[in-house]
Amino acid sequence: MSTSLGTPGTARDIVRTRFTATQRTLHWLMAAAILAMLFIGVGMKSTITPKYLTLVSIHKPLGIAILVLALLRLGVRLRFGTPPLPADLPAPMRLGAVLSHWALYALMIVMPLLGWAMLSAAGYPIRLGAGITLPPILAQDDHLHAVLWSLHSNLAFVFFALILLHLAAGLFHALVRRDGVFEAMAPVSDNSVPGHRTPTAAE
Amino acid sequence: MIAGVVGVSAAAFAYTAGWLSPHRLTPTRMVDGFGPTTPEKLGHRRNHAKGICFTGVFDANGAGSALSKARVFAAGSYPVIGRFNLGTPNPQATDASVRVRGLSIDIHTPDGGEWRSGMISVPFFPVSNPQAFYALLEASGSKDPNAMGQFAAAHPEIKPFGAWAKTAPWTGSYAEERYNGVNAFLFTDDAGNTRAVRWTMEPAAQPVPVSPDELAKQGPDVLEKEITERIAKEPARWTLRLQVANDGDPTADPSKAWPADRRTVDAGTLVVQKIEPESDGPCRDINYDPTVLPAGVSTSDDPFPAARSAAYAKSYDLRSAEAAHYPRNDGKPEGATP
Ligand code: HEM
Ligand code: HEM
Ligand code: HEM
Repeated sequence: MSTSLGTPGTARDIVRTRFTATQRTLHWLMAAAILAMLFIGVGMKSTITPKYLTLVSIHKPLGIAILVLALLRLGVRLRFGTPPLPADLPAPMRLGAVLSHWALYALMIVMPLLGWAMLSAAGYPIRLGAGITLPPILAQDDHLHAVLWSLHSNLAFVFFALILLHLAAGLFHALVRRDGVFEAMAPVSDNSVPGHRTPTAAE
Repeated sequence: MIAGVVGVSAAAFAYTAGWLSPHRLTPTRMVDGFGPTTPEKLGHRRNHAKGICFTGVFDANGAGSALSKARVFAAGSYPVIGRFNLGTPNPQATDASVRVRGLSIDIHTPDGGEWRSGMISVPFFPVSNPQAFYALLEASGSKDPNAMGQFAAAHPEIKPFGAWAKTAPWTGSYAEERYNGVNAFLFTDDAGNTRAVRWTMEPAAQPVPVSPDELAKQGPDVLEKEITERIAKEPARWTLRLQVANDGDPTADPSKAWPADRRTVDAGTLVVQKIEPESDGPCRDINYDPTVLPAGVSTSDDPFPAARSAAYAKSYDLRSAEAAHYPRNDGKPEGATP
């Protein structure tokens, strides 16, 4: 099984040219959710109007949903791997793609955990709405709260910067290089991607 | 084109964060309104900064269940972590110098429910909305001698507060104060009926008026000493009184008290059993965020609880990051040298 991003191959050693439909669905669903989270996060820290409470009440459950989806997605990723990057992609870009993708995975998992841990350390109830309250994952501790809070806030900006870079790279592949990397993740069905063949079970 | 997409995204982010709108009233600006962070403030609450912790119970008599399905109103005894406090940003203020006193409670129920509330000794809030409160903080911190006059002209609702501050008797004990929740919340009963409610804590102790000058003579921490000695002898009690709005009563404006003839329900008794210094007491690291509410109580159109939640979180972020400046006492009595 392949575990390093950008390396061709899957569990069944089929060379695909696209991510699986599950991977694509998760990617775009989570892209929307994560971007929303970043905007909700900075938005809620910038207002004292009743919007504050509304934003907070979305931030927590959506953040935890992202944690669940990210773990699921990591499982799918380890199981199905990725399609190969174009052979002519320069090594630095290849390395950049691999590292940034792992960093994105890490942040998708770490950010919600930090949020959860930060509220735990503050002794603050972690209400997700609909009567669901998560248990604390840490004992109350003001020093830890301060550390986790600054990590959550600062990594949020790292996350956003990385997403902008990732967005720029995606568009670069789509519009400049036109090398099929964007098509590999594009939110369209396999049939509409020229040159793509769906591997059959026989392969 | 790529640069454009990235640039627009970054700009939208900056706008949402408020970086492009320096006039937006953010939690940070609101909290900065309490004045510069001088060294003695580090590690302390940015308002109601001086306080002392207590523990006790809330004995619910069951009557509150007529208004809310929250477990805390079902007959029973529930643990409370609370805090007596003074409405000042200065943690070293002398007790006799602060007009407004506060009581904060955090009640836990066996169903996992939690209710946090901060109440004040004034029966109403000085201003109508959070923006006006910020303007008040700015005016009172301003060097311009006309600032307060201009504020009062623009915010006539402050008048009753001025009258209260002049005429309401001072007392010599936290135990003799009535504490008012001031903000309106929605109470939902078992049948799904929702009503707007405010609450007060009515003291069992008889208030004994005392002049601030007499109080000042008894030392800078007279209230903390008094309550510690009092509770060491016997618990102090308050009745939790719920007041129900009539249709049309102002629920969104805590500067307007509701008429005294409104339906009230006495829901139980707060019993304060033990006092502990704040420096290592159980209230120290609690954010008495008034939006931490049990199922059956929720926020109303009163804009204050949301503003308080945002500002208290900011204050909490600051003080928890500065905790090293406010050393814990490790159980030694306050003031003892290590
Ligand atoms: C919140 C935003 C986003 C996150 C967290 C995110 C995350 C990721 C991750 C982790 C991968 C690697 C996939 C894997 O190996 O399983 C990936 C791939 C990809 N993403 Fe995103 N993404 C986001 C937004 C976007 C956007 C807006 C675009 C549009 C240009 C985009 C285009 C792509 C493309 C084309 C790939 C495939 C790269 C390849 O073939 O290796 N992503 N994304
Ligand atoms: C992908 C997941 C998440 C992202 C991208 C995210 C992003 C953000 C951002 C951008 C902020 C504002 C930071 C600032 O302006 O200082 C923030 C604050 C916050 N987040 Fe998250 N968050 C995530 C998950 C969570 C989760 C799961 C929770 C809790 C269960 C949570 C709780 C909070 C809290 C309480 C704050 C306010 C912290 C403070 O007091 O300053 N977050 N988040
Ligand atoms: C927008 C308006 C308000 C602002 C900006 C504000 C600000 C603050 C801040 C920053 C703290 C310190 C919080 C902490 O560090 O944990 C605090 C505490 C407190 N406030 Fe307010 N406040 C507002 C309205 C009110 C109202 C309407 C009441 C009346 C019931 C009130 C009563 C209290 C009490 C009793 C405390 C002490 C809480 C404790 O013991 O921790 N505040 N306020």
